[in-house]
Amino acid sequence: MTAATASQTAGPYWHLIDFPEWADLLRADGPNAGVAGGERIVLTGRVTDGQGAPVADAMVEIWQADPEGRYDGAFHGFGRCGTDADGMFRFVTLKPGPVPGRGNQTQAPHVVLSIFARGLLKPLVTRLYFEGEALNETDPVLQAVTPARRATLIARPTGAPGEWRLDIRLQGEGETVFLDI
Amino acid sequence: MTDPTGYRRPDPATQPPYDVPAYGSTHHRHPKQALVRVPHTLTEVSGPRFSPAWYAPHADLSTLNGKAALGERIIVAGRVLDEDGRPVRGAMVEVWQANAAGRYHHPGDQHDAPLDPNFLGRGRVFTDEEGSYRFTTIRPGAYPWRNHPNAWRPVHIHFSLFGAGFAQRLITQMYFPGDPLLAYDPIFNGIADAAARERLIARFDLDITEPEWALGYRFDIVLRGREATPFENDGAH
Ligand SMILES: [Fe+2]
Repeated sequence: MTAATASQTAGPYWHLIDFPEWADLLRADGPNAGVAGGERIVLTGRVTDGQGAPVADAMVEIWQADPEGRYDGAFHGFGRCGTDADGMFRFVTLKPGPVPGRGNQTQAPHVVLSIFARGLLKPLVTRLYFEGEALNETDPVLQAVTPARRATLIARPTGAPGEWRLDIRLQGEGETVFLDI
Repeated sequence: MTDPTGYRRPDPATQPPYDVPAYGSTHHRHPKQALVRVPHTLTEVSGPRFSPAWYAPHADLSTLNGKAALGERIIVAGRVLDEDGRPVRGAMVEVWQANAAGRYHHPGDQHDAPLDPNFLGRGRVFTDEEGSYRFTTIRPGAYPWRNHPNAWRPVHIHFSLFGAGFAQRLITQMYFPGDPLLAYDPIFNGIADAAARERLIARFDLDITEPEWALGYRFDIVLRGREATPFENDGAH
């Protein structure tokens, strides 16, 4: 067996593979153009470092199930967004449904967020959950996190229609729970 | 419902840590809390399918609008396999790099080296049934960075790969054989295991080299493999 190739940082110039339209999973000329149904949502947030400074050069990627909780349907649940000067990212997508977990478990609706950036020799992976979902109370990943830190994974409505916000703190106070997958 | 077979966990020596004191940008960007280990579910073993219909391939970085970029033309080819040696088919491979002078076509790159109007430095290819990929480009130049006094990145090409499962996602860098800068580079040397570092260095390959045209380099990439499938219950036979 040969071990998997080592990860290296995406560095500061990864924008050469940035296609800003990829942040809109529902774009008219994209792979989900023919997908009907589901609830349109906006996912936004700010990435900050251990000094509270915005991380303005991060690549954020999302991976999620479709509104029925499937990964093998027609919906292409992938997006990529570069953070702006304030460290903000913004995706337009469909709200995912609950996904089967291991055994007889059910996972609450969630979106995987991966952060790549200068200073990260491998990605930081976390999940975005939605405040108010009853399934959050029994979700196996949320339950594996100490209650005091659970809120770092739960997006809240901003008040704008369909918009949810989850800030990502790479280090220090309020540090986001990152997952070893 | 049967649980999906998860992907193998890496030997920590073969992957870099988050906190590498010699690499200054990690100081304020590495988490201080332990990561929470997640058993793999459908979320981690599924992954995005990238259709070339939506993600158009671009395998020749060495020309732009029919005009040749400056520098030494090279061919980079290799296979994408999993840890068990199985080809990863249809994997999307994105690459990006500096030009021959060591300058990125990027507003953030202020290195005092010339831009090349005929070189953007990005490409996208897909692996075939054997897991093979191939693209043509220009050998990039080394460039300075401000990590420490007189710091220079070794010559490299950035690679981004998507396998079948989200847990296989990989971003890495391909280096060139014989580069004296490798010994001083904290990014390359952030990997503890010498053999794992060595596998980031492409090999010159005369079979990939095309006469009167371009030198060839081979860079094989390994993505995580599946955990061993548990033995079936004998009583079920
Ligand atoms: Fe680079």
